[in-house]
Amino acid sequence: MNEQNVDHEAVLEKAAEWKAAGRGVALATVVATWGSSPRPVGSQLVVEEGGDFVGSVSGGCIEGAVVTEARQTIQDGQTRLIDYGISDETAWQVGLACGGKCEVFIEPLV
Amino acid sequence: MKSDILKQLLADRAAKRQVVMATDLASGEGQLLYPGEPHDETDDGDDELLFAARRVMLADKSGIVEIADGADGRKVFLHVYNPPLRMLIVGAVHIAQPLSQMAVLAGYDVAIVDPRREFASRDRFPGITLIDAWPDDGVDQFAPDRRTAIVTLTHDPKLDDPALIKVLRSDAFYIGCLGSNRTHAKRLERLGMEGFSQADFARINGPIGLDIGGKSPAEIAVSIIAEITQALRRPKQAQTAE
Repeated sequence: MNEQNVDHEAVLEKAAEWKAAGRGVALATVVATWGSSPRPVGSQLVVEEGGDFVGSVSGGCIEGAVVTEARQTIQDGQTRLIDYGISDETAWQVGLACGGKCEVFIEPLV
Repeated sequence: MKSDILKQLLADRAAKRQVVMATDLASGEGQLLYPGEPHDETDDGDDELLFAARRVMLADKSGIVEIADGADGRKVFLHVYNPPLRMLIVGAVHIAQPLSQMAVLAGYDVAIVDPRREFASRDRFPGITLIDAWPDDGVDQFAPDRRTAIVTLTHDPKLDDPALIKVLRSDAFYIGCLGSNRTHAKRLERLGMEGFSQADFARINGPIGLDIGGKSPAEIAVSIIAEITQALRRPKQAQTAE
């Protein structure tokens, strides 16, 4: 009844589109959060084999690391369950600056 | 995730069907569950999972559940895909223009009811569902549920009141009415004569919007979206703020 698209990123639609185009695709989903995690449980990011991605699983803090893991998943077909924890000075690149924690599940689209 | 499951999930979402995607976090196996629909009683395999799915669906809160499976439990992620929140705006007035756009950005399926065609024109509301009907019929057509917010903007009793009389008998999680304190007091007086009680009045946010001093239509729309968000996400705080 509506012409509106409420899911701005249309992550799942993009996953299906990339898959249909014959590309390797992985889906990353936030499955748990603790503390002040920026994106709620259920937030998703889809990655294609070349490293293009749509969606988000944090405020930009861990997307880079998740994309790297997701590309591994596309190659080896293995699911991954990864904790991203509180950052400190030495590990801030893959931490959450807000001090929150989240768990991300990465799976191939097969 | 298997491609055929993804296709089904996309079809369900397009059809605005309530669906829960269950994914075993160890094996990666996924399945779609429809806990809001009557299920086949002979299929007694995964009642515990279906029960958990119903709980997270009603709470609109995705999360991990532990499902007993023989000696050990298995961790299953339940991803709730509820249909979009909905908003019905009564009155295709100026504030409805920014409000409807902001509501779309905030994730609502929006419809506007106004029998005055010069107001409810396609040029003024591109992409928004327009219901050309009297507001009470419009409310019937829209069929508000507990994931619906209703906003009346005409502050004209002959348009707002028939809508409110219908809306107060629905499960809408938010009801807000534009108009000054004086207008609102008169509105409650009229609704009282229709047989509505103090408990009904308490459901109505009037004057509408959080008190942030908004002046322009867009600023007032921000205060309305903010108040609806509070009613949705922090219902207790929203009540005590009254």
